[in-house]
Amino acid sequence: MSYIGSLNDYQLDVLKEVGNIGSGNAATSLSTLLNRKVDMKVPAVRVVNFDEMMDLVGGPDMLIVSVFLRIKGEAPGSMFFVLSPDEAESFVKEMTGIETFSITHPPFEEMGLSALQEMGNILAGSYLSALSDFIQISLQPSVPILHIDMAGAILTQGLIELSHESDYAIIIDTFINDKDSNQAPIKGHFFLLPDPKSFRKIFDHLGVLE
Amino acid sequence: MAIQEKNLIKVGIADLKIVTKQNNFLRTSGLGSCVGVVVYDFSKKMAGMAHVMLPDSNLSRDSNFNKFKYADTAIPILIEQLITSGARKYALKAKIAGGAQMFSFSSSNDMLRIGKRNAEAVKQVLQQFGIPIIAEDVGGNSGRTIEFVLETGMLNVRTVNMGEKEI
Repeated sequence: MSYIGSLNDYQLDVLKEVGNIGSGNAATSLSTLLNRKVDMKVPAVRVVNFDEMMDLVGGPDMLIVSVFLRIKGEAPGSMFFVLSPDEAESFVKEMTGIETFSITHPPFEEMGLSALQEMGNILAGSYLSALSDFIQISLQPSVPILHIDMAGAILTQGLIELSHESDYAIIIDTFINDKDSNQAPIKGHFFLLPDPKSFRKIFDHLGVLE
Repeated sequence: MAIQEKNLIKVGIADLKIVTKQNNFLRTSGLGSCVGVVVYDFSKKMAGMAHVMLPDSNLSRDSNFNKFKYADTAIPILIEQLITSGARKYALKAKIAGGAQMFSFSSSNDMLRIGKRNAEAVKQVLQQFGIPIIAEDVGGNSGRTIEFVLETGMLNVRTVNMGEKEI
């Protein structure tokens, strides 16, 4: 259990605030991108085993649309922005006007995929830059990768690094929700998965290492 | 063949299960770079499935690690549990699926080639035990859900975009 058992309540609160700042900034970006109001829930910091992580998005079998990126720099980790296929479709239709875009029936429209990837890019970028400013730490995102596949197959990629060390992951999970009554809602999950070693770094920079 | 929930045994991530009833099914869902390994004694109707996540337990930085997570530790346990249940070592056969490369860009980073390394490690361990691989569906870049039907000895492999097959 190494690092996970040793977290205290105060440190969990700090991680919650880290998620809050990152996703708050990302929600603002999404709002600007769509030109409408976007709501955000208070982030949850969850300590989950690998199976439980899959259950957060509907089980390992569930078809999801995800934008994944590796965080490089002083506090490496993995990050996912996860949408359901319906939500991704409605987003693409709204952005591009391609009404025929479908996630469930390949081949996918190139323009639609590109729009999704760009959305992930913008959201993840704004999330990370807010984090980086807050923690005063240098973080660089890798090129984001778009996946449309089973949740289990996609999300385990983000667990490889920490699975050498633990059977549990600390997930900072934020749920964003756009609440415009005229349009289909877009809901998404942000998962931030710092590598085990990064927690120490983050806490150290924020002065809560103990 | 309709699957009844009570006969379906689910195998989680870095998990391992054995079944010994003719009407049992083993399922593991959402294999990406992970490899699903089925080892079975067909005429005795005994089978086990492991959901292997990483190739080599020497990579572990935790001394008290989950042995079901690594190919080199999970497969020997799988075989041992089958033999304890009454399976015959010489009759054991294997079917494997998974080990996809979920990332399309090329990189030398080990993390990104983990699927290929998992598949290689699984094959190597099975070979060490002299267990023949009857069928495999490894590689590619799609997630897989697999289901082993003990009664027929067939492994059903389902993907989101590449259809479904029996091996």
